[in-house]
Amino acid sequence: MSARKIPTPPTNVEAQDFWDACNEGKLMLPRCADTGKVFWYPRKVSPFTLSGNVETVEAAGTGEIYTYSIMRRSDPQYAIGYVRLDEGVTMMTNFVDCDFESLAVGMRVKVVFVEAEGGQKVPCFTPA
Amino acid sequence: MHTRGKAFIAGIFEHPTRKAVDKSVAQLHAESAKGALDDAGLSIEDVDAYYCAGDAPGLGPLSMVEYMGLKNVRHMDATDVGGSSYVLHVGHAAQAIAAGKCKVALITLAGRPRSEGMATGTAPRNYGDASPDVPFEFIYGPTVVNMYAMAARRHMHEFGTTGEQLAWIKVAASHHAQHNEHAMLRKVVTVDEVVDSPMIADPLHRLDCCVISDGGGAFLVVAPEVAASLKRDCVKVLGCGEAPKNLMSGQVDLTYTGARWSGAQAFEEAGIAPGDIDYASIYDSFTITVLETIEDLGFCEKGKGGAFVSDGNLIAGSGKLPFNTDGGGLCNNHPMNRGGLTKVLEAVRQLRDEAHPAVQVKDCRLALAHGTGGSIGTRMGSSTTILGRADA
Repeated sequence: MSARKIPTPPTNVEAQDFWDACNEGKLMLPRCADTGKVFWYPRKVSPFTLSGNVETVEAAGTGEIYTYSIMRRSDPQYAIGYVRLDEGVTMMTNFVDCDFESLAVGMRVKVVFVEAEGGQKVPCFTPA
Repeated sequence: MHTRGKAFIAGIFEHPTRKAVDKSVAQLHAESAKGALDDAGLSIEDVDAYYCAGDAPGLGPLSMVEYMGLKNVRHMDATDVGGSSYVLHVGHAAQAIAAGKCKVALITLAGRPRSEGMATGTAPRNYGDASPDVPFEFIYGPTVVNMYAMAARRHMHEFGTTGEQLAWIKVAASHHAQHNEHAMLRKVVTVDEVVDSPMIADPLHRLDCCVISDGGGAFLVVAPEVAASLKRDCVKVLGCGEAPKNLMSGQVDLTYTGARWSGAQAFEEAGIAPGDIDYASIYDSFTITVLETIEDLGFCEKGKGGAFVSDGNLIAGSGKLPFNTDGGGLCNNHPMNRGGLTKVLEAVRQLRDEAHPAVQVKDCRLALAHGTGGSIGTRMGSSTTILGRADA
């Protein structure tokens, strides 16, 4: 079964370092340096203090499925979901290299980087 | 400043078309406006405020005020929070009227996604590459259906909600739609027919989804002195609320909606409780939208929505909470994929005693209309308005 090709992520100057890290196989999370809290999605402004005091930390790349859905009306079908990372934030993703019928809420998953159209690597997840 | 009783809904119109191949979007807006003005007994000269949202062509009010020949507009609002916009506009119009900024506010909606062959539910939804959240979600193929499906999945996981319980919502809507000559789906369906319909995005089936229709509608919010001068029964605006809900910086929770906040604001302003409501128009893009909203508005405890909607409890005449008696988005229409405006219209019909006799709620005194815009739980607009008879 061929997998759905992921389109090129639209990038901008604010998030370029996140995508560069993905190409090196690293999932970087933004963290507010004022409060020490990790947040999602990547940005250079803290959603807790509105300050530019934002640093990044490398995620372990593991977590569990918060929810998911299999897009039956698409050819090829694909599995979309939200993963709650062990660092405590929840991100959207696709589940890859797995039998979609085996997916379940709460299943442990780990990050894999999948090449999108144009060559940019993007974080996806697969059963751990 | 509260707005309780300071504005009235005077005229309403629902465009009868469900497929408008031979009309433009602007034309549908104007025909809807004319219908609402005729219903109220007002003319375009009386309109001094115009409200629209993202479905209006061109630069919103700047384009449509010219097209419709509105010469006396001195107040405008183009707040676009998706399908919830028009319920929110009720509140904004009531505030503007209470502040003395205008006396007759016209709100219109129209669109033709059906004629234009839009892949409304199944094409990935991109809010624009410049939207900061888009790179981190759009690439994974979020569509309208699978976003709502993910909310349904999580609700099922946390609360044990079932597909059969969700199906009851469609069943109730179909019971109502059979009496609406304009409804797209007039056939009464069963729970089995809903759960046996093709899976679109697990766990939502085809019949968990609303229709895709062309169409439009309009209504007028007017000052009390204008309402008093009209022959038509007017409906009093008692309370309004609005709220955004989003990804919450990564603390995503798809099991509740912004109705938790918009509803609380509206009930507080109206000075009533959910148990006082005789009829509810609940935004119904999908069955799960209705289920979560009913819980969040306080009609039942969180997580108990599945039991609440079961066994025909939403059906007029037999259920405790008659909802969407026009058939709603699930069966009647969903013009421009935005169902907020038609929610207001059916609430007004119920309060005027002008719903179809088979679904008219007896002695309907207090009604609620709720709008949901965008995508449930992640980037949504929620808006609630509570309406009452003129003597409420």
